[in-house]
Amino acid sequence: MTRISNIVDRIKSGESSARKEIEAALTTARSTDEYHALLSVTEKRALERADEIDARLAAGEDVGRLAGVPFIAKDNFLAFGAPTTAASKMLEKFDAPLQATAVEKLEQEGAICIGKANLDAFAHGGSTENSAFGPTKNARDQTKVAGGSSGGSAVVTALDVVPFALGTDTGGSIRQPASFNGVVGVKPTYGTVSRYGVVAMASSTDTIGCFTKDIADAELVMDIMSGRDTNDMTTLPDFFTPLDSAMPNQKIGIIKESMSDDVDNEVRQRTNEYVEKLRAAGHTVEEVSLPMVKYALAMYYIIVPAEVSSNLARYDGIRYGHRADGVKTLAELYGRTRDEGFVTENKRRIMIGSYVLSSGFFDAYYQQAQKARTLLINSYEELFKTYDALITPVAPTPAFGLGENTADPVKMYLADIMTVPPSLAGLPAMSIPAGNSEAGLPIGVQLIGQRRSDAQLLALARSVENK
Amino acid sequence: MDHMTALSRDDVQHLAQLSSLQLTDDELTSLQTDIGNILGYIEQLGELDTTGVEPTYQVTGLENVWRDDSVIASDVTRETMLALSTESANHQVKVPKVL
Repeated sequence: MTRISNIVDRIKSGESSARKEIEAALTTARSTDEYHALLSVTEKRALERADEIDARLAAGEDVGRLAGVPFIAKDNFLAFGAPTTAASKMLEKFDAPLQATAVEKLEQEGAICIGKANLDAFAHGGSTENSAFGPTKNARDQTKVAGGSSGGSAVVTALDVVPFALGTDTGGSIRQPASFNGVVGVKPTYGTVSRYGVVAMASSTDTIGCFTKDIADAELVMDIMSGRDTNDMTTLPDFFTPLDSAMPNQKIGIIKESMSDDVDNEVRQRTNEYVEKLRAAGHTVEEVSLPMVKYALAMYYIIVPAEVSSNLARYDGIRYGHRADGVKTLAELYGRTRDEGFVTENKRRIMIGSYVLSSGFFDAYYQQAQKARTLLINSYEELFKTYDALITPVAPTPAFGLGENTADPVKMYLADIMTVPPSLAGLPAMSIPAGNSEAGLPIGVQLIGQRRSDAQLLALARSVENK
Repeated sequence: MDHMTALSRDDVQHLAQLSSLQLTDDELTSLQTDIGNILGYIEQLGELDTTGVEPTYQVTGLENVWRDDSVIASDVTRETMLALSTESANHQVKVPKVL
């Protein structure tokens, strides 16, 4: 598995060049077509940028910490060189007029985007089966789902096409596919990375993060992407600086509700093994209770659809995106465009959003969910008075079969039951590979920290990596 | 999942209208079932006592983030933005008649 530092070192030593690295990554990308992890390849622009970086390196310039390193962005990041589709018919031909701040920041350090990864349309889903262009297959077993919604990004990282890929995580969309494909997946504290130029889903929980093969690479990528952006007023002043080493003797709580009999036996075994590694490294791990997690998924499927219905109102067929043909009135234009441009899951979420925001239901659903969210946040804060970090599995099972959950949306939603609670509280959480099931499917554990404890959490994970 | 919330076909049609979605008959049928099931699931929140609890709408703790009220030149031109629309004329986006 190629790390960022491998590529940087090869280019620096003259053993390789940006062009050679990008050509190699493009070749690997093509060889993985059968997984359908990519929606487009930005070959022309990537090679041009590689040549430019090689020329600057030859001139003795400092090109940056990621000079010549290829990466892939989930196709809901606005980027040049290919359409930004959000895996939807609505944006199938949308050529972004600007690039996402996250992409710009990586490019300023010399990184090169070589393609756009598949996702559930508008990031609505947990398996990448809701892509309007067909599902992505799991990197280890092509009969299984990639997870979602950032399934393509997880798979290209696991298949070693690129050392890192970008994803978005609203309720688990980085962590769950990272777990299903055996790579590291980081969802930072809400507000860490600018969302400017990223297709909005649910603004109160949308975050940007990355997939990598090890913790050190994740620390580097997050260090580069994080920080305040005047184009996204929810961004926090830059607080993220990777730490040399983890704090010793940490107190970690394993959330007992996430280890119930409903959770796959092998998932619990791998989680317990990870707990033993933490103990062997001198940390204390104790069972803790967070009863509010029982309600988190219900809160999530009220709050998120409400925000989705409002964020997706902009797709009206007028200023950009798909427009229905042969319509006579404006109302017909809206209705037909949106029916044609959205997949079923988009429509479900928009309509549930309309329902919970309707007068008469607003207090019972939306307001109740936001109050329950306060209770959830309070119960996390109570635990963080005693504990430095919390641990749970990432998902109740390893990757499920393609088509297994598509007929039952509620069953599909339940795959997010462990990842949704930290999202609602804006907490940093990450998925760390913890071994495989007997069938060879990857299983991840989730570490959760207090707001802005991202660096500490990553250092903790790094201290027990490969042990 | 139990159907605690019975959604009629008219209810679903109304939601589609609120959402500016012109659905086919088949879609209406399947969405009626799906949305009913999802509402059945989320209704469990009703059993939670939230008396006196303040709602949380956002989690940053940031309030009133201002920027300077100044004009900043953009790299994106009017032509680029207009070109994103399916139909434009005379520097304006064209739409069908409103009524």
